[in-house]
Amino acid sequence: MNFELTKEQEMTRKMVRDFAEEKIAPRAIDIDKNSEFPEDLFKEMGELGLLGIPFPEEYGGSGGDTVTYALAVEEIGRVCGSTGLSYAAAVSLGASPLYYFGTEEQKQEFLIPLAKGEGLASFGLTEPNAGSDAGGTQTKAVLEGDHYVLNGEKSWITNAEYARSITITAQAGKREDGKNIISAFIVPKDTPGMTIRSDYDKMGVRGSNTSEIVLEDVKVPKENILGDPKKGFGQFLHTLDGGRISIAALAVGIAQASLDRALAYAKERKQFGEPISKFQAIQFKLADMAMEVELARNMVLKAAWLKDEGKPFTKESAYAKLFASETAFRSANQAIQIHGGYGYMREFEVERFLRDAKLLEIGEGTSEIQRMVIARQLGC
Amino acid sequence: MNIYVLLKRTFDTEEKISISNGKIEDEGAEYIINPYDEYAVEEAINLKDAHGGEVTVVTVGDEEAEKQLRTALAMGADKSVLINTEDDLEEGDQYTTVRILEAYFKENEPDIILAGNVAIDEASGQVGPRLAERLDIPFVTTITDISIDGETVNIERDVEGDVEKVETTLPLLVTCQQGLNEPRYPSLPGIMKAKKKPLEEIEIDDLDLEEDDVEAKTKTLEIFLPPEKQAGKIIEGEPDEQVKELVSLLKNESKVL
Repeated sequence: MNFELTKEQEMTRKMVRDFAEEKIAPRAIDIDKNSEFPEDLFKEMGELGLLGIPFPEEYGGSGGDTVTYALAVEEIGRVCGSTGLSYAAAVSLGASPLYYFGTEEQKQEFLIPLAKGEGLASFGLTEPNAGSDAGGTQTKAVLEGDHYVLNGEKSWITNAEYARSITITAQAGKREDGKNIISAFIVPKDTPGMTIRSDYDKMGVRGSNTSEIVLEDVKVPKENILGDPKKGFGQFLHTLDGGRISIAALAVGIAQASLDRALAYAKERKQFGEPISKFQAIQFKLADMAMEVELARNMVLKAAWLKDEGKPFTKESAYAKLFASETAFRSANQAIQIHGGYGYMREFEVERFLRDAKLLEIGEGTSEIQRMVIARQLGC
Repeated sequence: MNIYVLLKRTFDTEEKISISNGKIEDEGAEYIINPYDEYAVEEAINLKDAHGGEVTVVTVGDEEAEKQLRTALAMGADKSVLINTEDDLEEGDQYTTVRILEAYFKENEPDIILAGNVAIDEASGQVGPRLAERLDIPFVTTITDISIDGETVNIERDVEGDVEKVETTLPLLVTCQQGLNEPRYPSLPGIMKAKKKPLEEIEIDDLDLEEDDVEAKTKTLEIFLPPEKQAGKIIEGEPDEQVKELVSLLKNESKVL
């Protein structure tokens, strides 16, 4: 048993922290306020190799592991939830399915540019009437000659407007027992018939691009079906298991930021002749926050470690996502409370932490879905 | 070109520093590459890109400094050398460091040595110039620009805000000032490659030095933090009364008028 990070993991964390504090943090308020997607920051992150951390060098990646990647997501999330979410989605949902399930040709064409940081990709699973119930997917793919023709609608797709390719899930026939076969198709940007709109006016993570996709007779070559046509469903479950680790890491970042701000403010703010950090009411809040942040981080790192070791991590990634996202929400809420009236103001940033944290209890499987995943793992 | 960088591991002065028993507490202090040495690493990599050759980063310290050396390798340096004094030396000063580096460079043939202008911990700014004296090569401090053409080196240096232009020749030692460049972040591929780059560890024995040869010439008597800032005073009343009060305080209390 060893809780120490490797030198490479430490160095990566330090580098990402420096980058996040110098380049992202000064813009975090505006990114949120103006809902501006920081495309230039993603270019810089790509040049630093951050978009390819968990992929091997032969596919343009950095050859790092999931632990290193989780540390990077946490550090970015600590200064900006919007940038953190788009980063986590680009790697875990955009690039990972191509790496895990793509054919060699698909990896060459679609994964390498992502891992090198030359572009972003999206994962189009959610629909107006189907979210975690992926079996209920209504988008259809029909094979016509050498092409699949896709029709349907996708909602809340992260980064779609800036993606060079989008992996779209669709019904592609029926199994013998009458259930739908769900497969995934790689749709390059600018494919005719695919319309992307980003009109959502969100509560939080406002600088992260979120889009609606409408597919009208979108033709993709039949080689663009991702991986094994019959195993589509299992592929998404694995993708989502991995995505949960990154959402959990992002949540730890926001929770840590909430604690940092609350602690600094409590030591500075004087009432009744002394810093409010001397009052037990405030101390208990801070103690709870610090404990929960550390517990959440440990769970995230354990889930990431299990994944790196090739061991099952479905239950642990659900634990991590559930506990860390709820910790982030509680910590941000307490940070506002400790700040009092100032905390309600945008410039003190803690109100943004709360709005950003709320998304983490919903996206990539709500807290309720995480509990279902855990219960299923328990054999219920 | 044989390019060398002198690097020091130092605590981050932007983080909280505490002192106990006349020493800076190791626990809780954050350690970094001395920021001025980061300019030196960056410039060394730029010189290598422009003129070819190899960048070797050298530090005198203990095993803990490996992290900072690895970071320099991740930025793009080729080799690193840790001269580990942990087992041999209790205390050291600038003289100690200079003697060790002198012995090291006697066995190597540097074309250029880059160092930071000062280390942010003790800020003596002595090691670079004193080493150049010992090696009998020219040195230029606080450089903000450098270009090398054959053996000729053109340098701009910062002299209290003004610029001085200097022409000199290789081999040479320079110390780097803020403004020389913008140090790069170590990229992820860089961090992974650094794992495979050589990190040589030697002790003063390997340089044919005895403890007595490098014994410190100075003694630290006391280390203390600056006094805590006192709370300010708010002067009340009408503006003209406030001015009178302020002038009288400046005269009688702080005695600056």
